[in-house]
Amino acid sequence: MLKLYDYELSGNCYKVRLMMAFLKLSYDRELIEFYPSKKHKSLEFLEINPLGQLPVLMDNDFIIRDAQAILIYLAQKYDSQNNWYPSEKPSLVAEISEWLFFANDLTATSSAARLHDGFFYTNIHVEKCRKKAHDQFRIFDEHLYFNEQQGFPWICKSQYPTIADIACFPYIILSEEGGISRINYPAVRRWCDRFKRIPNFIVMSGIFPAGPQKVPDNEAKQSKILNGN
Amino acid sequence: MHAEICEDTVILNQWHPISSTDDLKNHKQITTMLLEEKITCKKNSNGKYFVWKSIDIKKKLLPIKIAYGYLWTSLGTPPTDLFSFPEFYEIDRRNVATGVFGVNISAGRTIENFLDMGHFPFVHTGVLGEEPHTEVKEYDVSICETNDEILATKCQFYQPQAAVISSKGAEVDYIYRIPHINCAILYKSSPVDKKRQDAIIIFVQPVSQEIVRAHTGMCIIDDKSADKDIRLFQQTIFGQDKPILENQFPKKLPLDSRAETPIRADKSSIAYRRWLSQKGLTYGVIPSEDNNLFEVM
Ligand SMILES: [Fe+2]
Repeated sequence: MLKLYDYELSGNCYKVRLMMAFLKLSYDRELIEFYPSKKHKSLEFLEINPLGQLPVLMDNDFIIRDAQAILIYLAQKYDSQNNWYPSEKPSLVAEISEWLFFANDLTATSSAARLHDGFFYTNIHVEKCRKKAHDQFRIFDEHLYFNEQQGFPWICKSQYPTIADIACFPYIILSEEGGISRINYPAVRRWCDRFKRIPNFIVMSGIFPAGPQKVPDNEAKQSKILNGN
Repeated sequence: MHAEICEDTVILNQWHPISSTDDLKNHKQITTMLLEEKITCKKNSNGKYFVWKSIDIKKKLLPIKIAYGYLWTSLGTPPTDLFSFPEFYEIDRRNVATGVFGVNISAGRTIENFLDMGHFPFVHTGVLGEEPHTEVKEYDVSICETNDEILATKCQFYQPQAAVISSKGAEVDYIYRIPHINCAILYKSSPVDKKRQDAIIIFVQPVSQEIVRAHTGMCIIDDKSADKDIRLFQQTIFGQDKPILENQFPKKLPLDSRAETPIRADKSSIAYRRWLSQKGLTYGVIPSEDNNLFEVM
């Protein structure tokens, strides 16, 4: 049986919940209160993860302790289609890895700014985090734009979303809670909207489902590209 | 950051919540922001609290009050008494501080969102509301002259999961009280005891005109749920409200209620805006220019 050590408002935990939803896996949740009681730093939890970080996944006796590592594990083990982590395609695996590290870097910028604004992590230099986040978002936006141009709707060169998309989504979509606007990143906004339309997508507190599908003029061209017409 | 120091006596003379006593248990000293002023709070070995402006080298003590699970202070001359909240002292109640959250929005907008039932099905889908039960039915709003507080009564809403202990959906009765410009209490039918009501509180601490610390808490009849589950339930709800709040524009609350389209769900918010207007509040709001608005509804 799968068991997730989970906290609703954590973007890293949300990555794992998303993966489980996309793969239609059932699992138990053990809720660890990150805020305000900092239960992830309790002695009890440190025995499960000495790093004092969420999420942790247990697959029977096997423990995995990092959101990105959990995504790899779940996709490898449970995705019969092999689309989320196509391990037989070295170039795609390399590309995915690159963006998993990018996703991890977002915890030091977008996620940190959110912790500062919403949860009083006052020792965080929030202006620096926001500036760095904008640097990352600009690069991400450009990358997504060029992918769209080449007919790839996702982060990696695949017609299917991969675990890189899952890993990047939470702290991109939650950025406004840290005062980081996405108004200047249209390709990022289009990607977020596509991501929300993946079958079995679920939300977390602070994230809303996609609105009714609409194709405005300036994006109609884009969708033609995506449909390969 | 003293460029924009607060000069509004209406808000300076209020009692403001600065921390739950729960949070203070683990700290000898904390600092927080109130009306753009950094505040230090220290606890001595007898558990007594002392609060002063952090920049004040003489440490002139500010008034304090411990009430309803929170430490309150004031930068002006506060009234002797804080509003009443008798349910807090009922012996079989669970009083749980469910957490304080930073929100980039004015205090007025935060209170107004708390009063609005119209957003339940769309924002708290599957918990505090769900389609097709989207209609806000007629309810009453009055200003209680003796206590100077706003009361919204006879509110009703269908809720799939009204509280952490609820096992099925129910038509829930609501009463809202706004006994303080930045505090509101809602009473809703208890899933456990039909004759009584759970109370949910929001006490807002204005950090600046457009940033708040929202202190949330519950005062409920529930001898089964763990504190942790009660907190996590409320955190999930508040996490859903946060982006809705932060996406409001302007961030200050416009007191001219005609500035935004009124719908029936806004009846209590119109009363709230007028009430603030009559008090002459200018901090965190866009004051109304039309004095005729003060007339009876
Ligand atoms: Fe809400």
